[in-house]
Amino acid sequence: MSKRDKFRVVGKPRARIDGLSKTTGQTRFADDITLPRMLHCKLLRSHVPHAEILDLDVSRAEAMAGVHLILTGEDFPVTYGILPVSQDERALCKNKVRFVGDPVAAVIAVDEDTAERAARSIDVRYRPLTTVSDPVKALSQDAARLHDYGEEGNIHRRLAYSFGDVDESLADSAHVFEDVFFYQGNTHLALEQHAAVAAADPEGRVTLWSSTQCPHYVHRALSKALELPTTQIRVIACPNGGGFGGKTDVFNHEIVVTKAALRCGRPVKICLTREEVFYCHRGRHPVLMKIRTGVSADGKLTGMHLQTLLDGGAYGSYGVASTFYTGALQPVTYHLPRYRFDACRVFTNKPPCGPKRGHGTPQPRFGQEIQLDKIAEKLNKDPAELRLDIVEQPDTLTANYLKIGTIGLAECIKRVVARSKWQDKHRKLPFGRGVGIACGAYLSGAGHAIYWNKMPHSGVQLKLDRSGSVTVFCGSTDIGQGSNDVLAVIVAEVLGICPDNVRTVTGDTALTPVDLGSYSSRVTLMTGNAAIQAAERARDLLAKAVAEQLEVPGETLLFADGCVFDPADPDSGVSFEQAVVAAESRFGTLGTVGSYAPPRPEARFKGGGVGPSPAYSYSAAVVDVEVDPETGMIIVNRVYIAHDIGRALNPVSVEGQVVGGVYMGLGEALMEEQVFRRMPPKLSDALVHRCPSMLDYKSLSSLDMPEVIVELVENPDPNGPFGAKEVGQGPLLPIMPAVANAVYDAVGVRIDEVPITPEKILKGLDQKARGGEGRVGPADFPDIQWPEPYFVPPPWEGGDGQSTNDPEQKRAATMHKMDRTTAS
Amino acid sequence: MNDAAGSVLQEAPEQPLLFMLNGEQQRVWVSARNTLTEVLRERLGLTGTKHGCELGECGACTVLLDGNPVLSCLLLAVECEGRSVETVEGMMQGAKLHPLQSAFAELGGTQCGYCTSGVLLTAKALLERQPAATRGQIREALSGNLCRCTGYQQIFESVEEVIRHMQGKPAEPGSAS
Repeated sequence: MSKRDKFRVVGKPRARIDGLSKTTGQTRFADDITLPRMLHCKLLRSHVPHAEILDLDVSRAEAMAGVHLILTGEDFPVTYGILPVSQDERALCKNKVRFVGDPVAAVIAVDEDTAERAARSIDVRYRPLTTVSDPVKALSQDAARLHDYGEEGNIHRRLAYSFGDVDESLADSAHVFEDVFFYQGNTHLALEQHAAVAAADPEGRVTLWSSTQCPHYVHRALSKALELPTTQIRVIACPNGGGFGGKTDVFNHEIVVTKAALRCGRPVKICLTREEVFYCHRGRHPVLMKIRTGVSADGKLTGMHLQTLLDGGAYGSYGVASTFYTGALQPVTYHLPRYRFDACRVFTNKPPCGPKRGHGTPQPRFGQEIQLDKIAEKLNKDPAELRLDIVEQPDTLTANYLKIGTIGLAECIKRVVARSKWQDKHRKLPFGRGVGIACGAYLSGAGHAIYWNKMPHSGVQLKLDRSGSVTVFCGSTDIGQGSNDVLAVIVAEVLGICPDNVRTVTGDTALTPVDLGSYSSRVTLMTGNAAIQAAERARDLLAKAVAEQLEVPGETLLFADGCVFDPADPDSGVSFEQAVVAAESRFGTLGTVGSYAPPRPEARFKGGGVGPSPAYSYSAAVVDVEVDPETGMIIVNRVYIAHDIGRALNPVSVEGQVVGGVYMGLGEALMEEQVFRRMPPKLSDALVHRCPSMLDYKSLSSLDMPEVIVELVENPDPNGPFGAKEVGQGPLLPIMPAVANAVYDAVGVRIDEVPITPEKILKGLDQKARGGEGRVGPADFPDIQWPEPYFVPPPWEGGDGQSTNDPEQKRAATMHKMDRTTAS
Repeated sequence: MNDAAGSVLQEAPEQPLLFMLNGEQQRVWVSARNTLTEVLRERLGLTGTKHGCELGECGACTVLLDGNPVLSCLLLAVECEGRSVETVEGMMQGAKLHPLQSAFAELGGTQCGYCTSGVLLTAKALLERQPAATRGQIREALSGNLCRCTGYQQIFESVEEVIRHMQGKPAEPGSAS
C-alpha cells in the first residue's frame, strides 16, 4: 500500500483514460474489425425446441456461388462447456437440438447475404421429441431427457446443506414465516450484439477477436473444442459494448469462426443478429423459491431454510455455480445463527441460463427482503430498524463459513433512511404513494477460478522505459465498466504520475498475463492488487536508483506530480522520466510483475468453494413510488441508494455503476422478462421465445428512469486495492425487493414475483376488494427429493468448516467426482 | 465483396450515390437495398455508427440527416442523394472536440460507448434546436436512444453541463468541462 495518506489520483473524479475514444466513435468493437479477404459466417439454427436430427443435407447450399465452406456437427466432435462439470455443448449440434435457436450448421461465404441464403437452403429433417417447458414438470422422471448426464431425468444438479439444525431453531422461535416467491428470468440486453472475427496465419496459428468478457476461458475452450494446442491460439477480447454477464460464456459462434478461418485460410467474421443474441442468452435463471425463517419476539433471525428451483434452460453453462449462488450469500447481510439451503437446477428446452449481474443472488435476495418487510409489519417494527438490529458484524465468519471483513451495511441503511426522509414517509403517505426499503450484498470476486488451479487469479506486467512512458499489461477486459481506467489509476497513484500517461494493453492472451475475466465483480479488487504489487516493485527500483543519485535513503523519496523527490528538499528532486533513466542505467531494461490470488476460504466442506470472496460490498436502497389504483401503473419517483464501496477509485465511474445497477434492477422489477410461448398447434406447437427483439423485450428508456440519489460509504477494506470493493453488481440487488415493498406501502398488495406489472397490481387490488389477502405470487413449492444434506455445524456451535456426515459413503462415486470439480 | 464467383454479381446493379458526409462531398456505389448504416460502416469504413436491434428501436445507429436525428438502419442509402449526413466522426472540428464529446467523457456520460455515438448526435441536434433544454426536454429527446450501462443520469448531467457552458461562455467549444 502507498505510504502516503493523501491520494493524488485515487478518489478524484476524472474522465476515464478511454473516455474520448468512446465519445469520438474510435473505440473498436469486434464488429468494427474488417480484414482483407474476410469471409462472413451465418449459422442455421433449429426452429424446433427438442428433436433428433435425422438428416442434414447441405448439397444445395454447397452448390451456391460464393459459398466457401459449410460446417456441421460432424466437424465438431469434441464437447465443451464453461464449467468442467458441464461439458455438454457442441459448437454445432450433432444428433440432437435442445431449443429453438440451437445452431446446426454454419455457412461461410463471400458476404452475409450469400451466407444467409445458403444457410436457408440447408435441408434438415428432425424427429420431434417431447418438449420440456416447465421446471416443475422437468422434475418428473417421465419427461424426455435433454442430456444423458446430470442427476436423473432432467435434474441437472441438486444441493443440500445444513449449517446447524434449522428445524430445531424454527421450532423454538416465537414466529416462523413461510413464503414462496418467483423471480422471472430476464436477459442482459447489452447493446452490442456478440461478434467475432478469426484469422489464421501461415504458421497455422489462429487469432480470435471477440466480444467476450473472459478471453482466458475462451482460449482454453477453443483449445479443447478444436483439439489445438493453446500455443497455436490467440484470443483478443475487444472492448465490449456492454456485457452484464452475457459475454462470460464460451459461445458456439466463436468456435465456429475459428475453425472456419483455419479451414478457409482467410479471415472469417460473424456478427449475431439481435434475435440470435436472445438465443445465446446465459441470463438470469427463473427461480421459484420457498423461504422459512424463524424470528424471535424482538425481531432477531433464529434460522432460515431456503429452497430454490432453477429453470436452467437447455445447457449447463455456469448453471451449477448459479445454483450454489442462489444460497451462498444469504448469510452475509444479517446475522443468521443457523441456515439450511436446498437447491435444484433442471434442464428445459429453452436458451441456456447463466450469470447476469448478481449471478444467482438477486432471486433469493428478492424473497428475503420482502419477507423481512412482512416480518417487520407483523412485529410492528419499522423495517429499517428491524434490519439495523440484525446487521451482521464486521470481521465475522458466517454460519456457512464466509469470512466477512468490512461491512458498511448499517451505515448504508442510515444514509438512505436520512436522505429519503423515510421516517416521515413509511406507512404515512396517502393511498397510492409508498416507500420501500431493501438491502443486498455481493462478492468482490469469487474465491476460486472455474477450473481448479493454484495460480494467480490476476497478473499484471509493467513496462517502463527511458522515455518515461509506462505501459500496463493485464489480461482483464474492459466491458464498459472502466477496468482499464482502474489499472491506470492505480499505477499512476503508486508512481506519482498522471493516469493519462499510463497506457494499458489488456485482454490479449498472447500479450498479457492471465486474468480470469470480467465476471463476479472481481476485476477492481484482483487486477487492482496485482497492479499495486507491480507498480510498487517498479517504484522500489526507481527509488533505489534515484536515492543513489541524490545520496538520500530510498524510503524517504516521494513519487508525486510526475516527480521523485525528498520531501525535506523538494527542489533537489528529479522528474519521473529522469528517475526511469536512472533506474534503467542502474538495472538495465525495466519490467516488473504483480499477481493476486484470494485468501484461502475457511469452508472445508464440498461445495464451500462458491461464496467466499476477499471482500463483500453492501447496498441499501429506498424506492419511492406512485401506484395508480385505477390502472395499476407504477411510477418510480426516486431511488435513494447507498453503497459500501470501501473506497471509490474514480467516483465518476463508481457513481455510473451504481446508477446503472439501479437502472437494470428497475428493469427487472418492472418489465424485463425472458418468456416463452407455444406456437399454435397447426403451425408447429414449438416452444418459442415470446419476444426476441428489442421492440418487444421492454427496457427502461430515458423517460422511465427516475432520479437516483447516490450515497457512497467509504470504509476502506484491507483486502481491496487502496481499500476498494466492488460496485458493478451489488447496487442492483436491493432494487427489486425495494420496489415490491414500496408497492405494498402504496396500495397494500404484495407482489411476490417479478416483474411487478400493472396487471398484477390490479389483480391484487381486486382480490383484496373481495376480501382476499391481496397477494400475487406462486402458491406453492414442489416436492423435491433432496439429497441428505451436508451437515456443517456453524462456527459458534463448535464447527471447523467441515461437514460432519461423511458424504462419500452416502453418494455414488460419480456424484463425488462431480462435486470435487464443482467446488473449484 | 470482390470475389469473382460471388453471388453479389447476380444482384441488381449498383448505382452511384452523391451526398454530403461530415461536410465533404462523398460519392459511393450502393445497391438500392443498402441501408445507410451498411453504407457508412461497410462501404465507407465509418464504424463509429453502431447497430443494436435491426428495427429502429435502440437508437445506436442515429445520425443527423440535414441536421435532424434519423435511424440510419431504417434509412435506405439512396434516400440520402444530395442531402447532408453527419456521423460521430464529423463531430470534431479538425482536432477540436465538440463540447458534448468532452463533457460525456468527463462526467461519465459514456461507459461501454456503444450507444454513445447515437446519443451524442441526438443531443447535438437537441442543443441546436433548444440551446436551453430542460431535463424534461433532454429526457424526451433521448427517449429513442437506449443505454444499458448508465441509467441515463450521467448522460443528462453531461448534456446539462454543456448547456451551462453554452449559456455562460457561448463560443468556447472543447472546454465543456
